[in-house]
Amino acid sequence: MKTYQQHEQSRQDREEMDRKQSNRGDIKSAGPDVESTSPSAPQPEIPRLLFGDLWDYDPAPESTEPFPIEKRYEHFIGGKFVSGEDYFPSINPATEEILFEVPAAGQKVVDQAVAAARSAHQRYWKELSGAERGKYIYRIGRMIQERSRELAVLETQDNGKPIKETRDVDVPLAAAHFLYHAGWADKLDYAFPGAKVSSLGVAAQVIPWNFPLLMAAWKIAPALATGNTVVLKPAETTPLTAVMLAKIVQEADLPPGVVNIIHGAGETGSNLVQHPDVNKVAFTGSTEVGKLIQKSLAGSGKKLTLELGGKGANIVFEDAPLDQAVEGIISGIFFNQGQVCCAGSRLLVQESILEPVLSRLRNRMASLRVGDPLDKNTDVGAINSRAQLEKITSLVQAGEKEGATMVQLSCPLPEKGFFFRPTYFTDVAQSHRIAQEEIFGPVLTIQTFRTPEEAVQKANNTFYGLSAGIWSDKGSKLFKVAGALRAGVVWGNTYNKFDPGSPFGGYKESGFGREGGLHGLLSYVEVK
Amino acid sequence: MSSYTLPALSPVDEVAVVGRAQSFTKRSIKKDSKAAALRLIVSMIDLTTLEGMDTEAKVKRLCRKGVTPLLDADLPSVAAICVYPPMVRVAKETLAGSGVKVASVATAFPSGQTFLNLRVEEVRQTVEAGADEIDMVINRGAFLSGDYSRVFDEIVAVKEACKEAHLKVILETGELGTYEQVRKASFLAMDAGADFIKTSTGKLASAATLPVTLVMLEAIREYFLATGRVVGMKPAGGIKTAKQAWHYLVMVKETLGDDWLHADRFRIGASSLLNDVLMQWRRKDTGRYQSGVYFSED
Repeated sequence: MKTYQQHEQSRQDREEMDRKQSNRGDIKSAGPDVESTSPSAPQPEIPRLLFGDLWDYDPAPESTEPFPIEKRYEHFIGGKFVSGEDYFPSINPATEEILFEVPAAGQKVVDQAVAAARSAHQRYWKELSGAERGKYIYRIGRMIQERSRELAVLETQDNGKPIKETRDVDVPLAAAHFLYHAGWADKLDYAFPGAKVSSLGVAAQVIPWNFPLLMAAWKIAPALATGNTVVLKPAETTPLTAVMLAKIVQEADLPPGVVNIIHGAGETGSNLVQHPDVNKVAFTGSTEVGKLIQKSLAGSGKKLTLELGGKGANIVFEDAPLDQAVEGIISGIFFNQGQVCCAGSRLLVQESILEPVLSRLRNRMASLRVGDPLDKNTDVGAINSRAQLEKITSLVQAGEKEGATMVQLSCPLPEKGFFFRPTYFTDVAQSHRIAQEEIFGPVLTIQTFRTPEEAVQKANNTFYGLSAGIWSDKGSKLFKVAGALRAGVVWGNTYNKFDPGSPFGGYKESGFGREGGLHGLLSYVEVK
Repeated sequence: MSSYTLPALSPVDEVAVVGRAQSFTKRSIKKDSKAAALRLIVSMIDLTTLEGMDTEAKVKRLCRKGVTPLLDADLPSVAAICVYPPMVRVAKETLAGSGVKVASVATAFPSGQTFLNLRVEEVRQTVEAGADEIDMVINRGAFLSGDYSRVFDEIVAVKEACKEAHLKVILETGELGTYEQVRKASFLAMDAGADFIKTSTGKLASAATLPVTLVMLEAIREYFLATGRVVGMKPAGGIKTAKQAWHYLVMVKETLGDDWLHADRFRIGASSLLNDVLMQWRRKDTGRYQSGVYFSED
């Protein structure tokens, strides 16, 4: 009897033949394809799996009815919702329909918001005991939990990410950040033993569109816990859950002005961070904008933390648990349509296991469900905006042009909305744009390495340094490689796992400062 | 005697396997897909009675239930009736012409602790009595002591004794300790000629779970892609509700694809599952859950 080992060898030979036959592997055309088989050359039949619709899931959309969206939302300043000017629409990226509109804050509104935050800091917040501050923060966390369904449904409509993620990741983590930081509020003396800490004052916080509610929580919770007041500007494409958070803050009866939320695009953000009465600036977004902010704040005396782009390496060694590593590859790059600063967008695979990894990856991708983000069975939703979709498309075109081999899931896409098929590239050189630039979409580049040293070298050969993943069953190797990686977050045998207690932030052009954990508090206090 | 060596296998990460298995329970199965799932589940059940108190009358009743699970419903028969060897003849007679198979647990089930010649002889006689399928247990003692050749040879011997009958190899995963051991045992059993690999005897508290079944499905997938040989999967024990069962279907669909969504390649060993499926089937038509008293307990 032929055993598995003997078969395995012959399979590799057959796959090699198969690969030489077609150097471009479309996932769907990898199935039994009559047309491409030349009649003169009989091929040994290659076993294939069929991921079809013999038994399929019916659409299971989460209902939006209980959570109607108003036509218009406002700024939240000094504990009140105040109307503004220059209203602009926010659309649902999965349908391209306008959901609501919000005003764009000009200089006057920014002034008002900063003044409200300053006054709240002086009058109540900095004098309040840590225990009292903690109560308010706990309350916000609990209210997020109570309204989790609503927040998930709204976030999915405004952002385009699948309800599965808003329900299971964004909203629970946002609540967790408030609950975690509420705990620190009355323990700051123990957080920094031997030192006295005091709040900074007014924090100007500008956040991105990829995790709207979660980023707001990352920013607001530590600021409040350490006694600062806040002016937050959500991204112009995703202001909805920030408005809901403002309502929660209002209902939680926070002293007016402790949390202010204003809307607008880049100009508003710029006016906010440059406001002379701001003590601290926290920005999460692109490296490009981060650099501008850093330049503009030079000499201003403001404290600054930046959490910027990334090009995370996900390193798979030959001694890795392969079936599980493939899950990590999938969540590393397709979680939130790849619009994650810490995405594992560069897969580095040990050369000896490239084929087994690719074969598993293709089969796993075939079961991904792309489509309506509100459907509970959707794995990959919509790209957040047309601009982002265009950026992804152009980088993918550059990858093809530079000679990398593209493999794309050939699934039907909804007619309307901004969707992009899960994609990977092989035959990628370190010099390719797709290997260097942050694509911020569901696009993975795959490269190989021969030794751990080469893996580390390739992983570090980038101007980013936010995140990395290592897959190996061998603990000693895992820790050695983790030590050598120049990245702020390193995951071992997992990817994209977040916890409020774990500091998050980057090396190099991925930014500076940490968010979360004890280290995240440092960015919001003056240590005496 | 052969000297079988286990192939070099990639390891298994427990945390990640459990996480992935959990993700299958998040699929939302409604409406038509639920109805289709219920039909599929019924058609995949190995309806089982493995009690010391089993009688011919009991087995006959179970057979009739398996052939026609619900009198006035458009539901398929179960895949097989699974009984102890002495009950095979009566099951075979009762099921004649129904298309429902007779499966039997031979090889000193559930412990497997008797001499190999006796186990092989038990299989031979059970097949002769009319069993279409034999569910054997592996020699866990030999496996855990590292004597893989012995486990391999014993499966080969049983397979020979099975002749035309299909062989399901029970790994009794609850006694193997780790997912890595389950993965090893799966490859060993497939290499030795198993037509199906099966999680458990159902006689231990720790029976089929989603993660352990996932590890086995992934082994089947790897083996199939390497060799082209199709091996089926049977989780058994602990699957009591329709909802649990469709979580398994989701896992099969997303791990092995459409070809495994058939009783030829996927079975569920269960006794109380069938009535829960029937209850769900009735609810589908009436919108209400009926009391258990409306469903026959055979």
